[in-house]
Amino acid sequence: MTGAGDKADAVVPLTWGVTIISIAVILIISLLVAGAIWRRPGIAPQPAGSKIAVDEKTDGLSWIWIGVGISSLVLLFTVVWTMVVLAKVTSPATKPALTVEITGHQWWWQVRYLSNDPSQVFSTANEIHIPTGQPVLFKLIGADVIHSFWIPALGGKTDAIPGQTNETWLEAHTPGLYRGQCTEYCGLQHAKMGMLLIAQTPQDFAAWRAHQLQSPARPTDGGQWAGLANFITHCSSCHAVRGTDAAGSLGPDLSHLMQRHTIAAGSLPNDPQDLDRWIADPQGVKPGALMPKPELSANERASIISYLKTLN
Amino acid sequence: MTITDYERVPTVSTEQNAVLAEKLKRLWETEPGIAGFFSTVDHKEIGIRYIITAFAFLIAGGLEAALMRWQLAWPGRHALTPEQYDQLFSTHGMTMIFLYAGPVLSGFSNYLWPLLLGARDMALPRLNALSYWIYLCAGIFLYAAFAFGFGPNDGWFNYVPLAARAYNAGPNIDFYALGMILLGISTTVGSINFVVTFLRMRAPGMSINRVPILIWGTLTASAANIFAIPAVSLAFFLLWMDRNVGTHFFDVTTGGSAMLWQHLFWMFGHPWVYAIVLPAMGMVSDGLPVFVRRPLVGYTVVALATVATMVLGFGVWVHHMFATGLPSVSLSFFSAASLIIAVPSSVGVFAWIATIWTGRPVFTTAFMFFASVIVLFVIGGVSGFMTGSVPVDWQLTDTYFIVAHIHYVLIGINVFPVVGATYFWFPKFTGRMMDERLGRWNFWTMFIGFNIGFFPMHISGLLGMPRRVYTYADGMGWDWLNLITSIGSYIFAIGVLLFLINVWKSYRKGSLAGDNPWDAPSLEWATTSPPPPYNFVVIPTVASRHPLWEDRLQQHEGEGSHVDAGLVLDHGREAIGTSSLDATPDIILRMPRDSYAPVILALTATTIFIGLAFHLWWLAALGALATGVDIIGWLWPERALGETKEPAING
Amino acid sequence: MADRLPIETALPVGAIDTRATGWWAMIFVVFTEAALFAYLLFSYYYLAVQPHAPLTFPEGGLPDLKLAVPNTIILLLSSGAVAWAQLNIEKNDKRHLVWGLGIAAVLGMIFLVVQYFEWAAKPFALASTPYSSLYFTVTGFHMAHVVVGVIMLWMLFAWSAMGYFNRVRYAHIHIGALYWHFVDAVWIAVFFTFYITPYLGLRT
Repeated sequence: MTGAGDKADAVVPLTWGVTIISIAVILIISLLVAGAIWRRPGIAPQPAGSKIAVDEKTDGLSWIWIGVGISSLVLLFTVVWTMVVLAKVTSPATKPALTVEITGHQWWWQVRYLSNDPSQVFSTANEIHIPTGQPVLFKLIGADVIHSFWIPALGGKTDAIPGQTNETWLEAHTPGLYRGQCTEYCGLQHAKMGMLLIAQTPQDFAAWRAHQLQSPARPTDGGQWAGLANFITHCSSCHAVRGTDAAGSLGPDLSHLMQRHTIAAGSLPNDPQDLDRWIADPQGVKPGALMPKPELSANERASIISYLKTLN
Repeated sequence: MTITDYERVPTVSTEQNAVLAEKLKRLWETEPGIAGFFSTVDHKEIGIRYIITAFAFLIAGGLEAALMRWQLAWPGRHALTPEQYDQLFSTHGMTMIFLYAGPVLSGFSNYLWPLLLGARDMALPRLNALSYWIYLCAGIFLYAAFAFGFGPNDGWFNYVPLAARAYNAGPNIDFYALGMILLGISTTVGSINFVVTFLRMRAPGMSINRVPILIWGTLTASAANIFAIPAVSLAFFLLWMDRNVGTHFFDVTTGGSAMLWQHLFWMFGHPWVYAIVLPAMGMVSDGLPVFVRRPLVGYTVVALATVATMVLGFGVWVHHMFATGLPSVSLSFFSAASLIIAVPSSVGVFAWIATIWTGRPVFTTAFMFFASVIVLFVIGGVSGFMTGSVPVDWQLTDTYFIVAHIHYVLIGINVFPVVGATYFWFPKFTGRMMDERLGRWNFWTMFIGFNIGFFPMHISGLLGMPRRVYTYADGMGWDWLNLITSIGSYIFAIGVLLFLINVWKSYRKGSLAGDNPWDAPSLEWATTSPPPPYNFVVIPTVASRHPLWEDRLQQHEGEGSHVDAGLVLDHGREAIGTSSLDATPDIILRMPRDSYAPVILALTATTIFIGLAFHLWWLAALGALATGVDIIGWLWPERALGETKEPAING
Repeated sequence: MADRLPIETALPVGAIDTRATGWWAMIFVVFTEAALFAYLLFSYYYLAVQPHAPLTFPEGGLPDLKLAVPNTIILLLSSGAVAWAQLNIEKNDKRHLVWGLGIAAVLGMIFLVVQYFEWAAKPFALASTPYSSLYFTVTGFHMAHVVVGVIMLWMLFAWSAMGYFNRVRYAHIHIGALYWHFVDAVWIAVFFTFYITPYLGLRT
């Protein structure tokens, strides 16, 4: 009911408007029904078969004309207002400078920053960063089934449908964390397919973007090297890390995993215990998730985590 | 009874007599025992079966919901696995929308229509029996799958690609698709029966402006179903083909379209939701006048608005697809249409308020249920109004706001009218009154429980809670709302239980009702409670909308309606066919006797679908062959039905 | 007594012309089946405008008319035979009624055979592409309706030959005829959609 960006802002008054109209209608009709029922003493239920007086009235039609008349005006007004707002939010005021391609997978979000320069293209997952104060274009793709992309504070939802690329745009006024969630039933873990959108000042965004284009630092000690080796063996068929041999594309890109606030598509906070819990038994956290339970000893898992902790 | 006449002047009787009644009873009654159970074509028996079966599914769907609310009462609960939850919410939707909401109205309409219209039966009695048996078979087929753990798991709306073989490998969707096609046959033949009955079976003098609003409601829904059901049956068939034969209708990797499913589904789905409320609104329109002691305000406008709502209902389906990336032009049109449809659908509300306002309420339980519909209708209606506006819908769609909306319209404009209709017509069906005191407890528990349960969903939806989730994160502001919802839904369930207890108790020990316990105006109250198998000893003639109130209303044509004098029609099972607009008699119809053909056909048809489900093509072919044989037997020209020439008098 | 009674004139008894309930039932069966074909053809038109590259839509290029056009004429003639049969029973001419129904049934069967050959000659199979799925499914639905219609025509043929009907009571004939004419009309729509619209530009 409040918005944090241009697109949401345009819709907020309309939303309040139809809500207030609705509440008013409910109150008025309820009062009329109550008034109709209790304005005169009623009749208690009579024994079966009793004759009760019948009124031969034929009046009352004006209720319908007045009621329908007022309703029609309100509806017509809402239609016009809707068209105005729809025109406003269909396209942003200025042409977006940044395009982000979002691909919905069962049950995570692939986030790819597009650019005319191929060397500026990079992928991340489940967390989207955008600069404040400008519209950002989102291209939406469904990789497998239909998902829906929604950051409530910033705008309405748009489906990511396999076979077509939908477009939407969002804009944030102020820096902050904005939560989002998949809103088209997409299977077992639809409930846990969340995402975060982080709006940053243009300078902070530029810095973040430049950092994403870099490979994470190489391991510095034997344990981390062992962890990288284990990671390549057990995880790289699905996951990718920039600058290493891990180039899997079935699961989220983990290049700068430690910069993220959450893991498992927003289901868990990004801290060592939860990371351990997730890797040890993904099915325990998200039953049905397509990440199989890795066959790792506790040591192997610990070494992988020690490597992951370097991915800043 | 042999007939030797191609035509005759029908006898008119001016007094009912016991001999005639006895003769008609022997002609029309169902054979007792198992034989009669399977062969009856009596619309009253079929109607009761529909209602009981539909209530059984209502209970099943309610238990599914109770489990869901147990899981959702608090964040992060592990009472159900995601797979279990997904099957529960999908089966709950399928059960309530397809196996309860439509059939229960079919049941009431089936029982009441011939009585309301002054006829001896529906136009096509064997087809009537068929529609019930197929409904029962389809319901069992669908629930057998669920019972074995293969219930639908992609929602009742079953979007592709999630419903495709690639993402849903098990047989769940195949059972759902085939069961729905089978069920569609039931609904279609039932709808055809209602439309033909309306056009041909009304009592002499019952012109179309004299029929009860329930007739308008069911007629409109039936006409719509005839055009809408093929869309969903086709969608399910094409999906079954994609999944089992390898076709590519919905396969986006080869040029098929996931959106094609949505269009076909909602082109059916939206008219369907009007089909499951318009007859119930008709019940309210016919019931309220009885309990405020005056005719309905604006009969003609209400009848026209019923039809207009349904017609417009064919033009709004895209409002279920506002978030799918359609072009603005399309969105604008459908948004405008979705808002404008509120105009005809609000006519009933104002007519009802006006009728109560200018009448004098009789505070029966039936009245309380009917009157409460007005408030619940409006709450459900305004949430629909809100989502009709595209930019608002982009926030609200697929959240609990929609769950609130659908339950206010479905429970408010189907369940509450049906419960009210039960209190109203139970005396006619059974000859006994329901308990009024228990009725009050029933009403308040249902009303309060329902609102506590479902009103908070508007708020959780506005706060961003998505739908179709088996759990949710804490700290979103949804926790208390969900707990309140769960508690409220259990209170509502207790209310439903009180209703069922009242039905059971009253059936066994309710006080005797007599012909017309409510001093009501329409024709069903002019015969005994329950009615005899032949409904009316002589066919009534009708001169106004309120035949039994004519002495008090003085609004009738000529001398008024007659119930005690009219056409006798006793040369076998006979009915009078009348013209479509004015109901002038134009033919004496020969009506079929009881028959096993319908139940056999339901079984052979189900066999086809079982064969398809298990890829036993030989079984499907056998079923098809048996179906063909049954149909040929059913349609074999019969002299008793006046379908063949009479033997020449000289041999 | 209300002004509708007493009835002075005799009323027909039984299933007579368009006052038979079976006639009205068939009208609405026709409506619902027409709606089914409308949705089938909608699916065709909807998929026709989706991208299909690198394949063409229709698959295999413009459809071959050499079997389909004569077959259409055969079906139209079959409807003509049924109409002729109806005229005859109205004149109480049982012999020509039976002939008309038999000719119609045979023509219907020829239609099925020709269509089978057309199916066999297609360069694609049911499970090849969306186009092929549509082609075989839509013409298949039509064929199924023709099969039902042919069986019905043979039953009417048999019942007529057995002397069931005369000029007063022949409801089965005109109810069946309505169904058969409907099947014919649907074929025109299907033929137009699949065979003509590509030549009019609906292709990729």
